This record gives sequence, C-alpha cells and structure tokens, in this order.
Amino acid sequence: MAQTSARKQGVGSVIWEYLTTVDHKKIAILYLIAGGFFFVLGGIEAMLIRIQLAVPNNDFLSAGLFNEVITMHGTTMIFLAAMPLLFAFMNATVPLQIGARDLAFPFLNSLGVWLFIFGGIFLNLSWFMGGAPDAGWTSYASLSIASPGHGIDFYALGLQISGAGTLITGINFATTIITMRAPGMTYMRMPLMTWTTLVASVLIVFAFPPLTIGIFLLMFDRMFGSNFFIVEAGGNTIIWEHLFWIFGHPEVYILILPAFGIFSEIFATFARKRLFGYSAMVFATVLIGFFGFMVWAHHMFTVGLGPTANAIFAVATMAIAVPTGIKIFNWIATIWGGSIEFTTPMLYALAFIPSFTMGGVTGIMQAAAPADYQYHDSYFIVAHFHYVIVGGVVFALLAGLHYYWPIMFNTMLNETLGKITFWFFFVGFHMTFLIQHFLGLWGMPRRVFTYLDGQGYNAANMISTIGAFLMAIAVIVLVVNIIITLAKNERVGMDPWGDGRTLEWSIPLPVPYYNFAQIPLVRGLDAYWVEKKEGNGKMMPSESLTDFHMPNNSILPVVMSLGLFIAAFGAMYFPDGQEWAIDAVSGLEPKPWALPVLIIGLGITFVSMGIRSWKDDLGYYVTKEEVERDLEELERGGK
Amino acid sequence: MANMEYNVPTERWPAHPETATQEGQNKFVGFWIFLAGETALFASLFATYLALKDSVPSDDHLLAADLFHLPLAFVMTMLLLTSSLTSVYAVYHMRNNNFQKMQLWLGITVLLGAAFLALEIYEFVEYTGLGHTFRSSAFGSAFYFLIGTHGFHVIVGLIWATLLILRNAKRGLSVYTAAKVNTFALYWHFIDVVWVFIFTIVYLLGVL
Repeated sequence: MAQTSARKQGVGSVIWEYLTTVDHKKIAILYLIAGGFFFVLGGIEAMLIRIQLAVPNNDFLSAGLFNEVITMHGTTMIFLAAMPLLFAFMNATVPLQIGARDLAFPFLNSLGVWLFIFGGIFLNLSWFMGGAPDAGWTSYASLSIASPGHGIDFYALGLQISGAGTLITGINFATTIITMRAPGMTYMRMPLMTWTTLVASVLIVFAFPPLTIGIFLLMFDRMFGSNFFIVEAGGNTIIWEHLFWIFGHPEVYILILPAFGIFSEIFATFARKRLFGYSAMVFATVLIGFFGFMVWAHHMFTVGLGPTANAIFAVATMAIAVPTGIKIFNWIATIWGGSIEFTTPMLYALAFIPSFTMGGVTGIMQAAAPADYQYHDSYFIVAHFHYVIVGGVVFALLAGLHYYWPIMFNTMLNETLGKITFWFFFVGFHMTFLIQHFLGLWGMPRRVFTYLDGQGYNAANMISTIGAFLMAIAVIVLVVNIIITLAKNERVGMDPWGDGRTLEWSIPLPVPYYNFAQIPLVRGLDAYWVEKKEGNGKMMPSESLTDFHMPNNSILPVVMSLGLFIAAFGAMYFPDGQEWAIDAVSGLEPKPWALPVLIIGLGITFVSMGIRSWKDDLGYYVTKEEVERDLEELERGGK
Repeated sequence: MANMEYNVPTERWPAHPETATQEGQNKFVGFWIFLAGETALFASLFATYLALKDSVPSDDHLLAADLFHLPLAFVMTMLLLTSSLTSVYAVYHMRNNNFQKMQLWLGITVLLGAAFLALEIYEFVEYTGLGHTFRSSAFGSAFYFLIGTHGFHVIVGLIWATLLILRNAKRGLSVYTAAKVNTFALYWHFIDVVWVFIFTIVYLLGVL
C-alpha cells in the first residue's frame, strides 16, 4: 500500500515490504544486494583459482575441486552477478529515463527478481549438498552426462529457475520501453541506456528460450531417462553445443550492450557534451544485437562443422567489429574537446575504451577460423573474454554503481575511496589478464588445475595472481566505501553530479514512490539538459495534477519462486537408484519422496498462478491531494 | 482501491476494449513479445527433433514412417484449427459487448481443445504400447518432448480458459476482463500455428 514519506518502519515491516514490493526502485535494490553478494562469491572463487595456479604443482585445491570452482566462478559471474547487477541499474534508471511511474508489469518485475534469487540460492546449495557442478560454465553434454552425483543437476535446475526470471524481465523491459514513454519521448530521443536496455531485452527474449530447451534436454537425460545426449541410444551431444551457444553468444551482448549504455551516459555527462553521433550509436546498438545471433558457431570452430560453415561464421563475426568500432570512435569524439570532469565513473569510462578495445581486437584474431585452432582451449581465450567482460561489463558495473548510487540511495559514495578502488582495480585487471594472452600463446591450456615446473609458465602465473589480489583489494576498498557511506547517510539534493542530462536527474531525491508528480513533457534528446539550456531548470509537465493509478504489492512472486525451488529438489532426486537412470546417479540410494516433492512444488507454483489470474488486482489511486502535499513539503525543504 | 465498471452500456463500450487501458495495451504488447520468445522455444524444439529424427539405437526400433497415421493427425488438426476459429468468435462477441455469447464460444473452444488433447493422449498410449517411448531412443525422446511441449501448452490453455469462464461468470465484461480474454485468444492462436508446423514437419515429413 501507499506509504507516507518519512514514517519510521520496524524491521519486520521493512522485510515484508521488500518481499512484496512491486516498486522498480526497491526491486533495483534487491537486484543490487543479491547480485553484489554473488559477485563477491564469484570473486572469492576467482581468488581460489589464482591461488591454486600461482605456483607449479600446487595442491591448494584438488583437481576435482578446481573443476567445481572454475565452473561455479563462470556460472555465478555471468548468470548471478553480471546480469542481475545490470538489471539493478536498468530498474533504477529506465522507468525514470522514459518518464514512467513504473514498469509495464510491476508484478512480473517482482517475480523476475525472486526467481533469480531462488535459482541462485539453489545453484549455490550444491556446495553443501554433495558437490558443485564441475563441467565448466558451458557444461558440454559429453562432460555433464558423465559427471557423477548431483552437481550438474544443481546447475541445470538453478539456471532453469533463474533463467525464467531473466526471460520475464526481458519481456517486461521491452514492453515498458515500447508502451510507457512520456509524451515527446520518441524513440530517437531515448537515452542510450534505455536504447541498449531495449535491444538487450529483445536479445533476452530470443536467446533465453534456446537455453531453456538445452537445459530441459540435459534435465530430461539426467533426471527422467531420455536419450538426447546418450550416443548409444542415438543421441547427439553437439545439439547441446549449438543450443548453448545460440544462447551464449547473444548473452555476451546482453551483458555488454547495457554496459555501453551506462558508459554513453557517463561520457556525455562528464564531458558536458551531447553524445557524438547519437543516431549512429543507436544504429550500431541495433546492428550488434542483430549480428549477435549470426555468429554462435565461432565458439565451435574446432568441432568440425566444415570449412563452409566456419567461413560464414568467421566473416559474420568480423562484421561485428564495424558497429563496435563506430561506438568506440563516437565515445572518443564525445570526449574530444569536452570539458572533462575526472570523477570516479568517468575514470572507469576512460579506462574502458582501451581495455575493451584490446578485448575486441583479440576477438577478431579468434574470428579467423584457422588461427582459432591454435588459440582454442588455451589461456588466450581466457584472457580475451576477461578483457571484454571485466574491461567492459565489470568496469561499467563499477562505474554505474558510483554514478547511479545517488538515485538509488540518495547519498554519494566517497570520491577519494572510489578513485583508490579504480586504480587498484585497473592495474590489477591488466596485470592479471594481459599476461594470460602470452601464457595461452606459449601453450598453457585453460581449465587445467596445475602445471609442471620448468615449462616457462611460473613467472607469468605469479604475476597474474598478484594482479588478482590487487583487484581483491579494490573490491574490499569499495565495500568499506559503501559501509562508510551508508553509515554517514549524508543526503544529497536533486541532480547531485550537477551535470545530469536525462530525466532521471530531474526529479527530487529520494525519488517519490510514484516517480513523477506529473509526467514530464520531453522536448528533445537529453530532455533535462534541454530545459537547463532554455533556462527553465526543471521539466515542464505534460499533464495537470490529477489522481493516478499505481499497482498493489503482492507476496505471490515469492510463493511462485519458492514452489519451483521446492520442485527442483524433487526433480533432482527423482532418478536416484532407478534402473533407467544414467550411470552418474543410478547407483545412489532411491528417494521415494522425490516425486511427491516435485508435484507439491509445481502445485504451489501453478496454484499461485491460478490465484493471480482469478483475483482482480486493480491497484490503487494516488490522490491529487497527496501529491500536492508532497510537492509543498518539497518546496519547504528546498528553501 | 480502484473500481472497475462491469456491464458497460454498448454506446460507451470501446471498439477495442482489450487495449482501452494502459494495462490492456501493456498486456497486448507484452504478450506478443512473450510469443516471440515462445517462437524461439519451439524453433529450438523443432531443430532438436529434426536432428534426432529416426535416430535409434538398433534396427528393431520403430521409425517415423512406421508410426504416424495421417488420418488421425488430420482429425486432430481440424479440431484445433476449428477451436482457433471459435476463439475468434469469442473475441468478436467480446468486442460487441455480448458477454453470454463470448462465454459460450469460449466454452466451445475448450471442448474442441479437450477433444484434441484426448486424441493426443490416445496416440501417445498407442505408440507407447508399440515400444516407442520417451526412454526407448533419442528419436522417442525428441518426439515426445516436441509434441509433449505442445500438448502441455494445450493443457495450460484449457485450464486458463476454464478459469477465465468461471471467474468472469460472476463478474461480467469490463475492459479488465476483456484484456484477459483477448490474451488467451492470442495464446490459443499461437498454439494452433505451432501445431500447423508440427503437422507439416513431424507427421507429413514423417510419412513421406
């Protein structure tokens, strides 16, 4: 229900509010907390990997545990850290940027975040319940069918649940951006963050269903006795590779496009210039999204698809360099001649250009199929994708965290500590991964748990590990910064960076729960900047003060997600000890309770869906009087 | 709490009640985007099926040409196509503010869908008796997964439509319930289109 501004709430009611909230601003905070937690978890796994590889013949981790740690590092970082953290910033900014009071489907937004949280918890429970998945984050079927125990099942079921949440969120953002834009907010006036969110959402809609099917094939083979990947029964493991990469390649654009969006906003703000080549940027974003679906087989050059297939996918891959290059040059042209302010977000943005470009260049090297036979499965690949994912996505997440922090928490992160974080992270990142290109070219294979002395890998691996520790220090400084900022709680006013250009900076902080007292009228690209230049300093309303409609809170999303979480345990233990099951689990003790648990869990979810469909949920009205009261209070506070 | 007006007089009933509100518009656009995702889902299923068609462990397993009867598949196709038409009638009467007829045609849609489902279950039982099961071969797994996913969509649609008929019986027609009925109709057409592809790619190509 509607709550009034500064009322003090008990802990219980705050928790209940967050469990039931459908407010995009609170859901953004949920994504940030859960995604941040998994980011730290994935980071710890990365440190374990680097400690193990620091010296030759190390036995810090056993070979089996090393496989589990690399699998969980990759899976956690992609599905549970990078994507949710981007969703945090999309939720925090996109409705504000287009002048909307919430997303198109606030209920589904809540369902999306809870599916992700329950899926992530399920995946990580594997550590305590008999061992984590160990077939790599790509979980190729030839490995994953043979993997004993339930590790792979945690991977399949956990990703199935959180993947459903991602798909729902993608549909939600695409719809929101199409239908909920304020008057005057034409497509070609949308901020780049909104544009990249739209394209990434469309990619989610088309990329996640193939993953869903791939994981279903894996689930059915491992849990229900089917034969999709069982070669003796006519199965074919290459189907997994295709389905996985039909998802997997667009996935990296799902990650990088919103990162491009965040950087585009930061460049324009802190160079105090309009983004150079806005239309070309939009065009390039759409083109990258389109090409993203044409290139999946470049992950499979060594499978043996034949020279024709390899040549087509090689050329398509190289073509992506064109729109990406357009973007790089436009960013450089944006800061060219600008009056640059070196804030923490801007430092990340400036560091992003060369770092990401290096990752892009090695990508083009690998696009040459014959050369890829040499790079394949070596540390060169590891270095490449960490340059694009860390140098692109993680830099954007850290930049976005500092940049959008005032909108989410109404305070500012400390700039000095922020810059210390940046320098440790920047130096540590290049130290960790630059040398890995050479390790790969010298022949060190990826995904091996140790190496022999005297192969020339010792010094390079030690350098890489020291770099990883520098990144860990950076993250610790960041956590300290966050704690200090939250403890001090020094409120900032409207437009705290002083140079906000887009609508999200034009509203008072803390943002009212209804976002806009009156939906603004957008008169150009960088709507708020336009009004600043015209001397108004604030947005013109597109409507008179009136009652408006807001959605109700609901606990059903948590219940639906919990139902799937319970059902996953039933599905996982169902094949134990059955004669039709694969060798990996047929020797385990039978679990007669598994089927009832599966049915009860699914029942909870479907009954909740039925309740949702049956009951009227018409929301409530915020009255004109309440909004007027808020506006008066704001006026008084402002003077 | 917001109020919703039911049984609106026809002169104030909008031409497109399902998209007359912002929520209705969102639902309409959002559901089309969802169907785009469903298209990718079924495309992946078709690709898997084609890759594993007739892929069996030994010569004594039945292949597509041994199994499928076109007459049965034809009857099923006709039932489902007709149910798509009857759901169009339901939407037509919804737009004309004729609640009783809308309910009636939705009910007929459910009956036709249920008849389709009964024939599909009969077909599955028959194939299982012949030794073609989900676990007998990769071909079996792929066949039952593709047809079964479609069948699951039909079941969901039948439950959905039944719930809508029952819940709306007490309420009547409003722009809120109209959006719900229209969304179901979109879903039902989609299932129908998928079946057209199944008929062509699985049954027709299977026996040719």
